This record gives sequence, C-alpha cells and structure tokens, in this order.
Amino acid sequence: MKYMMFVCSDTEPDTDQRNLPDIDAWVAENDGRGRRLDGSAFAPESSATTVRVREGELILTDGPFAETKEVIVGFDLLECADLDEAIEVARTHPMARLGRLELRPLAVDGQ
Amino acid sequence: MSTSLEAVAADAYPRMVATLIRVTGDWTLAEDCAQEALAAAVQRWPQEGEPGNPGGWLMTVARNRAIDALRRASVERRKLAEVAALASAEAYEADQIDEVIGEGEVVDDRLRLVFTCCHPALALESRVALTLRTICGVPAADIARAFLVTESTMTRRLTRAKSKIADAGIPYRVPSGPALAERLPGVLAVLYLLFTQGYNADGRPAFAEEAIRLARLLRRLMPGQGEVSALLALFLLQHSRRAARQDDEGNLLPLDRQDRSRWDAAAIAEGLDVLAEAERDSPYALQARIAACHATAPSVPGTDWAEIARCYDALAGIRSTPVVELNRAVAHGYAHGARAGLALLARAREGGELDGHPLAIAAEADLTAREGDRDRAAALFRRAAAAAHTEPERRALLDRAAETERSAPQDRAAETERSAPQDRPAETEHSAPQDRAADVERQALPGRAAETTRQELGS
Repeated sequence: MKYMMFVCSDTEPDTDQRNLPDIDAWVAENDGRGRRLDGSAFAPESSATTVRVREGELILTDGPFAETKEVIVGFDLLECADLDEAIEVARTHPMARLGRLELRPLAVDGQ
Repeated sequence: MSTSLEAVAADAYPRMVATLIRVTGDWTLAEDCAQEALAAAVQRWPQEGEPGNPGGWLMTVARNRAIDALRRASVERRKLAEVAALASAEAYEADQIDEVIGEGEVVDDRLRLVFTCCHPALALESRVALTLRTICGVPAADIARAFLVTESTMTRRLTRAKSKIADAGIPYRVPSGPALAERLPGVLAVLYLLFTQGYNADGRPAFAEEAIRLARLLRRLMPGQGEVSALLALFLLQHSRRAARQDDEGNLLPLDRQDRSRWDAAAIAEGLDVLAEAERDSPYALQARIAACHATAPSVPGTDWAEIARCYDALAGIRSTPVVELNRAVAHGYAHGARAGLALLARAREGGELDGHPLAIAAEADLTAREGDRDRAAALFRRAAAAAHTEPERRALLDRAAETERSAPQDRAAETERSAPQDRPAETEHSAPQDRAADVERQALPGRAAETTRQELGS
C-alpha cells in the first residue's frame, strides 16, 4: 500500500531531544529498502499560495489554506505492506519526536 | 436459543467470524454469514437434533453462505477457491489451530481478530465497540444502550472502524517480538473497559461475562503472558461478588453489608489459582491481589488491610493518580489508623483533582469519625451527600451522617464495623490500567472523559 506521510510541526515536541535519529540515515535506510518512493521538505510556509476557481474566476490567496500552529513542513511517499510497517517507518523519523507525522493511505481503485 | 446452542454459539461465533475475515477480508460478510449459520441452527437443530460436531456444522454452513455470497458478487476465482478449501467440518476440533508460523509459534484466527479489533490506530471507543460486535456477537443496539449512545451512532462508529481497517491497511495479524509487548497492554485495556465501563439499566456491568470469556481465550491462546493471567484473576475476583453487591432495590451495598456466603466461591478459587501465574507487582496483578484480599476475608475488620495498603503503595509507585492515592489513604486508614489515613488523604488532595468529589469527602468523614471528631464527621458526611452523583449514594451518605451524630463516643467497635468501604464495581480497579493504556497510546477517550472519571471514582 502507498501512504502519504505528512511531516508536520507541533507546538509540543518531545521534551527529551537527546539521541535524535539522523534524517539522512533515515532516508538512506528507507530508500534502500524500497519503502520510501519520494519525499522532500517544503520551502517556508510564507511561500505558499492557495488557488481556487469560483464561478469561473481565479482566486489566489497568499499563504496556506488553513492558518494553524501545526503546519506541514514536508512529505514522504511510502510503499509499505500495511499500516504497521508504515508506523514502524514513521516512528523512526526525527520529526516523530520534534513534530508529528500523519499517515494517509492513498485511495486505491474502486474507492 | 437453547442453553446448549447458546454455549456452542459463544465458542463458535468468534471462530467463524475470525476465519471468514482472514479468508475473505470482508468483515461485514463474515459477520452476516456467522449470524446466518446461527439462525439456521436455531431453526433446524430442534427438529433434526443437534449435530455430533455442532461447531463444525456451524462453520460449514457459514462457509457455504460465504461462498454463495462471493459467487453472487462474482469475486475473483482465487478467493473463492480459498474459501472452498477451508477446513471441512470433520477437521474442525474444539482447539483447532489454524496456522503455524515462525518458530513453532501458533496463531489462532481469533487472536488475530482480537489484535485487529484492538489496534491502537483505532479510537479506544471504536475498539471496545468493535470487539463486542465482532468477537462477542453483541448486537449494535445493546452496545449502544450500555455506552449511552443512540443505535445509529453506534452503527456509524462500527462502520467507520471497519472502513478504517480496510482503507488504512490495518493488518490482520498478531504482532510478534517487541511489538507484541507494546501492543498487548492496549488489548488488555479494551478488555478492562468492557469489564468496567458499559452498564445495564439496573446498574450492573453489561459486558463483564464477555470480558471474562475473552480473557480466558487470551490466556489459553497466549500462555505465559503474566498480565493476561493477572487481568483474568482480577475479573474473576471482582465478579465473584456480583450476587451480593446490590440489595433488592438495586442499591449498591458496602462490603460490610454484603452476605459473604453469596460470593461465588468457585470464581474466587479460580481467580486465586490464575493469580499465581501473574508477576507479583504488575498493575493488574496488584489490583487482583487487592481484590483477593477482600475475597478471602471473613469480614471487613478481618481483612488484610496491611497487604492492601502495600499493594496501593506499589500501584502509586508505578503510576500515582488521585484515585489510587485516595484508595491508598483509605487502606492505610484501616491498616495503620485514621491519622495515617488522613495524612495520606491530605496529600492525595494536593493536586486539586479530588476537590468536591463525594468519595474523597466521605473518606475524610469516615476517617474523622474514627479519630473521634463526630460533629465534624457528620458535617462532612452531609457535604459528601450534597456532592453525590446518584440518589442512592446521597441517601446512604445522609444515613451515615445521622448515625455518626447518634453514636455514643464509647461505641467504637460498632463504628469500625459500620465504616466499611463501598463496594463499587470499580472498587479496586480504578486507575492503573486505563492510565497505562493512555500512557502507551497517548489517547484520550473523546467525550467520555468526565464519565470515565465518574465511574472510576465509584458511582
């Protein structure tokens, strides 16, 4: 199954920040095992543009679609056997402790 | 249903559902086919007689229904072949093991089902509902009634949970290695909630029997897991008092007013046996040991309060909560005198979470009375009555206030007899497991927090 993993900031990170996993090692490990298909950090949130079309008119908004304290700062596209494997991949990402991760399965055909 | 069919169904239903889910991957189909098999038995057994292998008969009917349904839906041939190849009725035995994996580790489909229903990616309330519906076969309407939601809310909750299992890729598997140690407490927390949370209209636990049945099943399928044994022991020992816990009007009776001859001696004996398998100082074992002290005592004054106080000390050491501290103060009050109890009670209240709680006020009243300050004790009992959550609780506390005022200062023996702790359904099990589950999974029970607290504290 494919899971989109949103990497998000969090207002209450782990209080113990010793021994944080290394992001490069995490990427290498999961790329190597074929569990990470793609991924990147995002440019700062201030660079976001929200796009809507209403009654034929293009409406652009400066900034992200929702103003929240927790923002999406990156993504990884995972290929895992099931949710348990995806959780194992996510829990070793440094942002599991510095922020939070959201696992969203991609809809499969027929859904 | 006849008694015989009921007994067969209790064992066969989860087997049918669990196996059909593994093979078809379709939860609703599995439940429907298992229900249809039971319905067929209700219809045919009275006329044709009970088959020699009733569990196998039911499994065959359920399997055939599944094949029919899949055929109608023209599912791909592979799935159909798998279902058709399912263990035939002849091969079905009471403790049939479905598959051997890894180094001789055996996994039963029902165990897979338990771990999937209790997966931590599901909300705790969904796990409880799904376990009752899918494994125990309890109708959604009954679950809804016990958990104080409408049937349609409960049905939606169940549907959502099943969709999430399919859509999010929650595996149908028993975790192994370190993952098992991480996941088992969450499963036990669900059983614990089944035992302590839902209540019937008459105030009795609605699903205590189901929780006991599931704990027995886990103990059989996962031998050597001490916490499973501890939990089963706790259930059995608590449940042994079920017949004595209420008077004819349905009021909860304190321990000193229960007819101990009505306690279930067989359940107590089994509970003590099972408790011997548990580790000494795990949270469930400590609670079970407290329950064992009560279950084996001849009377309230004859109870081993020193041991109960030690168990609460250990529980507080693992995880200190206001409720554990409150119970600890009460236990020390019996074991080491009212003054010791009052000192611990003052500490339990420091955080402020027990402010205005009727049981905390009643405990202070009780300890104050035993210290000899009757006027103050009576006033405290009245304050506790004003804060009471239920009418019977309020009446009982007002009675205590009146008795305390009446009793002569030299009447101390009777006083001790009278000041027994309430036998609440959650008398000893108030806190550690739920807290622990929350600890492992960092999950709240949305919308039920206040109610949980109330029931934990002992309405």
